[in-house]
Amino acid sequence: MSLFSDPRWSEALAHLPDYLGNHVRVSVTALVLGLLVSLPLAIAARNHAMMRGALLGIASVVQTVPGLALLALFYPLLLAIASVSLAWFGFGFSAFGFLPAVLALALYSMLPVLRNTITGLQGVDASIVEAAQGVGMTPRQSLFMVELPLALPVIMAGIRTAAVWVIGTATLSTPIGQTSLGNYIFAGLQTQNWVFVLFGCLAAAVLTLAVDQLLTLIETGIGQRSRLRAAFGGLGIVALLAATLAPSVARSPSSYVVGAKTFAEQYVLSALIAQRLREAGLSATTREGLGSNVIFEALASDDIDVYVDYSGTLWANQFHRTDTKLREELLRELKAMLAQQKVTLLGELGFENSYALVMPRKRAEALGIRSIADLGPHAPTLSMAADYEFLSRPEWAGLRTAYGLSFRAQRQMQPDFMYAAVASGEVDVIAGYTSDGLIAKYDLVVLEDTKHAIPPYDAILLLAPKRASDTALRDALQPLLGKIGLAPMREANLRAAGGDGASSPPAVARWLWDKIGK
Amino acid sequence: MSAAPPLIAFTHVGKSFDGGRVRAVDDVTLEVVAGEFLAIVGGSGSGKTTLLRLANRLIDADVGEIRIEGQDVRAIDPVSLRRRIGYVFQSGGLFPHISVAANIGITPKLLQTPASETSARVDELLDLVRLDRAQYRDRFPHELSGGQRQRVGVARALAAKPRIVLMDEPFGALDPLTRDALGDDYRSLHNKLGLTTVMITHDMTEAILLADRVAVMRAGRLLAQGTPKQLSNTHDAYVGELLGTPRRQAERLNVLLPRGGPA
Repeated sequence: MSLFSDPRWSEALAHLPDYLGNHVRVSVTALVLGLLVSLPLAIAARNHAMMRGALLGIASVVQTVPGLALLALFYPLLLAIASVSLAWFGFGFSAFGFLPAVLALALYSMLPVLRNTITGLQGVDASIVEAAQGVGMTPRQSLFMVELPLALPVIMAGIRTAAVWVIGTATLSTPIGQTSLGNYIFAGLQTQNWVFVLFGCLAAAVLTLAVDQLLTLIETGIGQRSRLRAAFGGLGIVALLAATLAPSVARSPSSYVVGAKTFAEQYVLSALIAQRLREAGLSATTREGLGSNVIFEALASDDIDVYVDYSGTLWANQFHRTDTKLREELLRELKAMLAQQKVTLLGELGFENSYALVMPRKRAEALGIRSIADLGPHAPTLSMAADYEFLSRPEWAGLRTAYGLSFRAQRQMQPDFMYAAVASGEVDVIAGYTSDGLIAKYDLVVLEDTKHAIPPYDAILLLAPKRASDTALRDALQPLLGKIGLAPMREANLRAAGGDGASSPPAVARWLWDKIGK
Repeated sequence: MSAAPPLIAFTHVGKSFDGGRVRAVDDVTLEVVAGEFLAIVGGSGSGKTTLLRLANRLIDADVGEIRIEGQDVRAIDPVSLRRRIGYVFQSGGLFPHISVAANIGITPKLLQTPASETSARVDELLDLVRLDRAQYRDRFPHELSGGQRQRVGVARALAAKPRIVLMDEPFGALDPLTRDALGDDYRSLHNKLGLTTVMITHDMTEAILLADRVAVMRAGRLLAQGTPKQLSNTHDAYVGELLGTPRRQAERLNVLLPRGGPA
């Protein structure tokens, strides 16, 4: 199969109007907002050295914050503001998706605009400004008739830089719930769908280059006083906006939004849920690649309607519990705690995706290790690897104290590479996920947690407060409850990591339904 | 000379900068009557440019009184004051992003003169400063020579039909031939339009050749003022020194270029 006959290209293309439209919408809004704030600020600060220094200083500091972190920070900030606003003024707003993305990106766009506007205005020949005064202009007239027009090429260069930054950084707004071209990249990385990653990168690059070229046209048009050039550039921008925004405006809003976190299993399950809803005659879309700290809040504030979480994750991360309980007990208590936040725990899917210590079957047999307790004495001679968060999670602390584990070395790794690393012997033990298909593929074994140090991680379906008594939704989801066992889920995850045309989440979801739905 | 009321009158005017450390203009009293062409001569730092700027309130005086057409300038809004006084800047001071016509028409535009009227006025002014309408109207300043730029600068200063024109070393950066031609052209405009002109220059020869009266400034103070003839009777050493140069040049030129020879 040649590279371009891969069906994933056409699948990627089908998402383009949605992703591109949203990407352009959030970028343009952020840029316009950034300009509306930074241009007046720069103009006000141009004759005040103190204010100028302070503004540029703050903008530079903002610039040093990594884009992903800036976007992630705006979510809890807005959430807090929204709850204050709800308490004081009686209205709240969605802190999810569009708003935090726009605010963070607008902040990001400010530095080049501030810097170039200030530099541009200061660069205007003092004798020209004096001449403006001499012919009888007011300071305002001098600003608008002389100083700004003369500084415009420099200001435009700043706007162009800002536009390129914003469009590039907007790909990172996917985890806070804003659909963007980043959806391709996040989904592709998680499901090892390199076609998607490539497509997303290409689409973002083409968009950036197009905007950059058009703005350059306007910039040089202004610089060379060529109205034609500037007009062409302006028309190009308008055409680009119209072409990218029209499809997303025309689309009707869907009634149900299914959330998914940033890993393959979540993509498959959200696709499965969406398929079930559509089967039941409901319209549904998926909102994928949401950060695990964002997704629960998004559900609790009705921004998404349904998603799959894991009991232990909520227990430890959302409710900050450090104790562990037996499965049934934990679920019962969790259900009660969720109910307090008006979130419905509809039920378990039937499998657990727990953290577990995993090692090659042959190695374990050779060492005579069956459980974590057996591992304890060998640990000082072994190395282990885990994902980016496990080593700082309470489960790890619990495991270590319960079994007295102390490894020779500990490393952090991208989850996709962990399994290959343990299979090849590069590390001896990994903290894997029980539902991961790679466990079977690489002939690995999950070490038994005889002391129940790791809390249970049942996959559970959660419903948003506004869907609590939505019987149509409940009926559509009912057939999934208790139906998905560990083995089919593992195989589905393995398929999703397959890296071919049949490995797209919707395709795997259909396979999974065929397997369990009968 | 005291018969006609002065159009511009400085009375004991002082202006200092840097918190009083630099006395740019120090107790200057000077009158310019209607129709007069006054040249202010002095070296750099003599305060001549500051004095000129005080007249249209580009800067404000610390002490003393300045009257324009009999009115204390402090009582006049600086913006409207500047709109009724023409000002020619050192190197033209043209706005580089707008055409010759737009540069000339700027003050009428600020005064909200109808566009058609301004357009006719621009043509009239291009004729006055001897620039071809069709050829120069739509050019940009960077497409002009230094002399042409300064002609546009003069036209712009005259656009709103001011009675007074202030000129800050208007011909200083030009080559001698252009400078001579432009000086003569302006002087005839001054006569024709009945203007009152104050011109700053560091060149005593230019001042003597163009102006009715010459004022000499040094270190912020007004050393002497009068017609060239009156000045030559002054005993001030500096004034004598300034007058010495054109005198010596005239004598040498008389020897080097005998009358009747080819020019």
